Amino acid sequence: MKTVQSNQKETNNNQAGDTGLVIRKLLLLVAFMFGFGYALVPLYDVFCDVTGLNGKTGDKISFTKAPIVDESRVVRITFLASLNESMPWSFKPKQSFIEVHPGKPETIYYIAKNTSNKSMTGQAVPSVAPGLAAAYFQKTECFCFTEQELKPGEEKLMPVTFIVDSKLPEKMNELILSYTFFTSNKTNKKLTPSQKLSLNQDHKL
Amino acid sequence: MNAVVEEHLNHDHKPTGIGRWLFSTNHKDIGSMYLWFAFTMFFIGGALALIIRAELFQPGMQIVEPEFFNQLTTLHGLIMVFGVIMPAFVGLANWQLPMMIGAPDMALPRMNNWSFWLLPAAFGLLIASLIMSIMGMGSAPNFGWTFYAPLSTTYGPDSTDYFIFSVHLMGISSVMGAINVIATIMNMRAPGMNYMKMPIFVWTWFITAYLLIAVMPVLAGAVTMMLTDRHFGTSFFDAAGGGDPVMFQHIFWFFGHPEVYIMILPAFGIISQIVPTFARKPLFGYSSMVYATASIAFLSFIVWAHHMFTTGMPVAGELFFMYSTMLIAVPTGVKVFNWISTMWKGSLTFETPMLFAIAFIFLFTMGGFTGLMLCIVPADFQYHDTYFVVAHFHYVLVTGAAFSIMAAVYYWLPKWTGNMYDEKLGKLHFWLTCISANVLFFPMHFVGLAGMPRRIPDYALQFAEFNQMASIGAFVFGFSQLIFLYVVIKCVRGGKKATNEVWEGAKGLEFELPSPAPFHSYTTPPQVK
Repeated sequence: MKTVQSNQKETNNNQAGDTGLVIRKLLLLVAFMFGFGYALVPLYDVFCDVTGLNGKTGDKISFTKAPIVDESRVVRITFLASLNESMPWSFKPKQSFIEVHPGKPETIYYIAKNTSNKSMTGQAVPSVAPGLAAAYFQKTECFCFTEQELKPGEEKLMPVTFIVDSKLPEKMNELILSYTFFTSNKTNKKLTPSQKLSLNQDHKL
Repeated sequence: MNAVVEEHLNHDHKPTGIGRWLFSTNHKDIGSMYLWFAFTMFFIGGALALIIRAELFQPGMQIVEPEFFNQLTTLHGLIMVFGVIMPAFVGLANWQLPMMIGAPDMALPRMNNWSFWLLPAAFGLLIASLIMSIMGMGSAPNFGWTFYAPLSTTYGPDSTDYFIFSVHLMGISSVMGAINVIATIMNMRAPGMNYMKMPIFVWTWFITAYLLIAVMPVLAGAVTMMLTDRHFGTSFFDAAGGGDPVMFQHIFWFFGHPEVYIMILPAFGIISQIVPTFARKPLFGYSSMVYATASIAFLSFIVWAHHMFTTGMPVAGELFFMYSTMLIAVPTGVKVFNWISTMWKGSLTFETPMLFAIAFIFLFTMGGFTGLMLCIVPADFQYHDTYFVVAHFHYVLVTGAAFSIMAAVYYWLPKWTGNMYDEKLGKLHFWLTCISANVLFFPMHFVGLAGMPRRIPDYALQFAEFNQMASIGAFVFGFSQLIFLYVVIKCVRGGKKATNEVWEGAKGLEFELPSPAPFHSYTTPPQVK
């Protein structure tokens, strides 16, 4: 009976083709596409790094020789500070804006204070608007490069040293640098859900 | 021995009772289960929609809490997309592909059984979360069917994990279904049926299966990232840990846009089968139909960010995605004109399947046009997240995909059951459905353009009249589907015997088989010239 069935199968299979091979190829494609989903993550970061599309600034930059300073241009930079809603700190820039010559290093300060009654670690995430200017905004020192730990009630003056590249396109004369402070995952893990909630509520009140 | 073999070949021998269905490896039984599953989900998802429309009948809060309203919109979307349209198309593929290419069954019958039986498990999980929510045990998924991070990660309710595993199961089911379709089409075609002689429904499913294999794993990856973000300390979508919530939208829509075509390409195939039959003319532009389907499938991979124009994107990106989206109108236009040319000077008759097919062509094209309006970047900033979007995708999914499924059921039901359905009731079902669907969805264009946002339980007073119209349409539409259920059951139980070709002059291998079609379709392959 078995042979009859397989004969029957053969007669129907006369478009040739090995079903097993088709399955293996398709499963490979499935595995590849699953991997591709994950590959989109680094690809996205690389794409944004290259184009500066999402306004994310790059990592620490060190200069081997002094950059060219363009004394003829003045760029106004406005500083913003915001807190993620899970973050019970107070956080603001020391100066609301400065005007700089492209190429000249500048240092500005942000002030953060832990207003909760627990020792907490925060992570600041920078963003530059307009997004395409992010590539020209180069930081040599920033409190966003590391996590910041503050004891209850502690206040900290946090520096950012940066250079606006003199290659900044002519039409961009006003930039906005904004930081958002998040509770870092370290703090989050230590807190129980109810603590997180109470932190939230403290903040909202 | 010979006698036994004879009997085995003619046989309709199969386990009886519940075992017939649980252990089935037969493409017709599994196809029927897929279709009944989709039909059941259609009523569940539809019931959720009716609660939504009842709440929106008047401004102000009437029936449900806003939190529960969000769960309703989420579950309605997920059930209709993954539980109704996709399984219904897989069910139609199961029934029709072997018959249309002259094969005895699908290439991988056991996997076929597994891919079906994963679905009740997946939707059991999803619907369990809703039942628990009703019983006051925490919220069901409430972040919309698009489950954007961080709504579904940081702020997702506990039941999000039910949702994640449910999507994993649906994904495995769809991928296995797709592998089965491809293996069947590649290896089981009757002698002489080369690729360019395959019926269009087979072609569209062939391409759809590739789309499924390409994007369902990406969706599985996205929900896996959500799972690890929620429980295992990764930060794919969490800005605090260096991730990016906007990236979620990119990954989701990289899946989501091809998904849209997964839900419409088989519909194109169905319409391309039905229109020639009732126009009594061969399909106009067969090869252009094949190439148009393939181009739509290809373009679907490079347009995803048109769902995200308002997330902040450079002009170059907006222009690219706007133009590539507009480009899709070209192959889609080819299809619409081909259907119209097929009808041109044909001797048309208007049986129920043809009525649904014509309604599809007209109403789907309208949905396509609103899609073109939405892809225009400056206009999209106004339309984004309004009821205009809701109107758009219900025109393409309800009066598009769902109408095509109803057309297909009426068209092939006599072949499946051996009985003609009740034409009078079928026509009544069509007219009620078609008119009420427009009463339901057309006013949404107006409230959307006037600025009513989607996914809200309450709205400003000036939107009240149009919302009332939509709600009345919704209830008529919903209850009209009971006629459909009655017609199908009546047809399964008996009626005027159908001939082999069912419809006068119907072409295709499935109409050369007796009605009802034998348990194993083509035990000896037909010769295709």
